[in-house]
Amino acid sequence: MEIQLNGEPYQISDGCTAAELIAQLDLSGKRLALEVNQEIVPRSLYADHRLHAGDCVELVHAIGGG
Amino acid sequence: MQHDPLIIAGVEYQSRLLVGTGKYQDMAQTREAIEASGAEIVTVAIRRTNIGQEPDQPNLLDVIPPSRYTILPNTAGCYTAADAVRTCRLARELLDGHDLVKLEVLGDPKTLYPDVSATLVAAEELVKDGFKVMVYTSDDPLIAKRLEAMGCVAVMPLAAPIGSGLGIQNRYNILEIVENATVPILVDAGVGTASDAAIAMELGCDGVLMNTAIAEARDPVLMATAMRQAISAGRNAFRAGRMARKRYASASSPLAGTFF
Repeated sequence: MEIQLNGEPYQISDGCTAAELIAQLDLSGKRLALEVNQEIVPRSLYADHRLHAGDCVELVHAIGGG
Repeated sequence: MQHDPLIIAGVEYQSRLLVGTGKYQDMAQTREAIEASGAEIVTVAIRRTNIGQEPDQPNLLDVIPPSRYTILPNTAGCYTAADAVRTCRLARELLDGHDLVKLEVLGDPKTLYPDVSATLVAAEELVKDGFKVMVYTSDDPLIAKRLEAMGCVAVMPLAAPIGSGLGIQNRYNILEIVENATVPILVDAGVGTASDAAIAMELGCDGVLMNTAIAEARDPVLMATAMRQAISAGRNAFRAGRMARKRYASASSPLAGTFF
């Protein structure tokens, strides 16, 4: 199924969880924040949070800024 | 040296210089400059994670670890109150519930001047949501008071436009803001060189937040050192109380006892 990941279409398997998506992206253990359809998903819920087709997923991190 | 901490939201800091992490050549330079600045509070921006790029590329928060620095996420690039609030909520999740944020809502890409009315809306919502808000604003004394009354933990008027390096353009407004405040006032944006930082501190500001003045210096690490010294010198001069300005000379050597 297709989701929007950071503004781009992205294919994941049906029933994929947030934790599985993050693992698939090689980002497990990185300091990130996750938002699905503009709702924050706390890190502690990644393993339980199932994604759905059409979900808008934002994965953000800290970068240099003033 | 007397104990003279900067206190923001009940937390004591020894350094009155706050620095950004943007515009550096690389992570090594970022780390070195921030170390030289002596800053304890360091701003970061929140952006999309790169997908499918080098997984081993260094992460800013490995270079500036939250265990050592107070990370101050900003809302740079936000032009609406809603975007700014959303950014702060993501930052709080990213930083495990850390709720100190730098709010800025911009109004115009050319000047990066704050949209003050949107800033007020965002500040109110963030304070209600439990954030400790350090707010970037114009050098308007009335707005500074309003932001303080709303519960912002620090008010941060600009000295000049962000990244302009023009120095303090309206020192009487900054002075007015400082004299009326009951929360820390930090000059945020517009500082160009060490003397600008010293002037802000001599006016009685509680601190200065800067990024470009250090990052775009020919030698950022040396400029970071200069800024640390300027903040400290300016603060000491403010506490010492400067002499009165006089129109005419006043001899420093006694007139009595001359033999000529």
